[in-house]
Amino acid sequence: MSTEVKESPQAPVVAPRSPLFGKKERKLITDPLNDNNPITVQVLGICSALAITVKVQNAMVMALSVLAVVVVGNMVISALRNLIPSRIRIIAQLVIAAGLVTLVDIVLKAYVYDVSKQVGVYVGLIITNCILMGRYEAFAMGNKVWPSALDGLGNSLGYAWILMAVATVREIFGSGTWFGMPILGDAKAGTGLYALGYMNNNLIILPPFALVCVGIIIWVQRSRNTKLVEAA
Amino acid sequence: MAFDKNSNGFTFTFAAILVVVVGTLLAVSYMGLKPAYDENVRREKMQNILASMNVHVARDEAPAKYTELVHAPFLVDASGKKVDGDAFALDVLKQYKDWKAGVVRPEDMHYPVYPATHDGQTLFVLPLVGTGLWGPIWGYVSVKDDGRTIYGSTFDHKGETPGLGAEITQDWFQKPFEGKTFTDDKGDYTGIHVYKGGTNTTDPHGVDGISGGTITSSGVDEMLMRTLAIYDKYFKSAGTTDLTQR
Repeated sequence: MSTEVKESPQAPVVAPRSPLFGKKERKLITDPLNDNNPITVQVLGICSALAITVKVQNAMVMALSVLAVVVVGNMVISALRNLIPSRIRIIAQLVIAAGLVTLVDIVLKAYVYDVSKQVGVYVGLIITNCILMGRYEAFAMGNKVWPSALDGLGNSLGYAWILMAVATVREIFGSGTWFGMPILGDAKAGTGLYALGYMNNNLIILPPFALVCVGIIIWVQRSRNTKLVEAA
Repeated sequence: MAFDKNSNGFTFTFAAILVVVVGTLLAVSYMGLKPAYDENVRREKMQNILASMNVHVARDEAPAKYTELVHAPFLVDASGKKVDGDAFALDVLKQYKDWKAGVVRPEDMHYPVYPATHDGQTLFVLPLVGTGLWGPIWGYVSVKDDGRTIYGSTFDHKGETPGLGAEITQDWFQKPFEGKTFTDDKGDYTGIHVYKGGTNTTDPHGVDGISGGTITSSGVDEMLMRTLAIYDKYFKSAGTTDLTQR
């Protein structure tokens, strides 16, 4: 077991028989939530964060799909890491990613048809989500299966919370709903806030506002977490 | 290690095995889940047919409600004559694409009619297929038993622009079709136009298009004009035998 580590020079040294949830393992999950967030710090997976955050439900399905693809993909690639020939490793990673994404697409069509109709186009595009290839190449190729699974989980949770946060802001202020439930009153009937002359902001529904949202999150995050700020 | 994992032989073998394994996995799961997917598509079709009569039900309840309201759908050919065939199973979108690709001649195309009883009257639900800006658009209109007045409509699309062309799925676009007629008082075919820049709402043969969604609106206009012309032939030839209170 421990001889495997020697072959991949970039691998952090994981001690044999390391605990399932030791300090290192916990860090694999917590790091991407804040210090090493895939969206706000690594700035990966931005495209889907802009495209799929109009409704919370869609964002959640997207986040879960990415979670499945990154975690399972990380595990498969980690398990095969000593077999994958280095010359075709990117191709092999892509085949596995594409296979998993197609699988997710088929499952969504069969079980959550309505959602799949709305996010269908974007699910196919998970293949091009940089978080996938980033984690496969940077982590799974050089680490054991369990840490790879945790790393995938951490990164997709880091992706998920940003997506959900942005989608929450955009759905509430853009459509006046959250998970499809009206929370600011009924826009058509003119009840709740709408009775006072409030209107949904159409700009918030458009993709550029997602960029503004992510920007604000990055700003808040860096002002609270100063070690992320690059030296001037 | 007994083999060199970077040798050409191993690289090719690995790639081949990986592709075969992933391919098999996908094929098996697709075959396994296809029945569930097909059932979703079938129920959605029933939902759309019902929606064109302003009957909105959840997907799970669609088959029961469909059986309750719709009776013995049939096909008509391009000259408006009734022909044999399974109307529900006919994929009108595929037929439309085949026609556009030149595979099917227009005179060989078939058009389903779904007779239904709702709200105390006989309605005829007619499917429509056309092309929007980015891809196919489709819909169903229900026609009253006078064979010329629209009772209700529903439209959908594959990928029209949200907020512009995609608005054809919204009530404000679909409602104005109600009560419009596609023949004039003398019985001549007028079709139903979707006008750019709005139209007088009293125009019995036209509705308002979508600002900023001109090409989608034109697509709806084109599919209405083309398809209703065929059905008009059927309604005129059917006479009183098929249309109960004509």
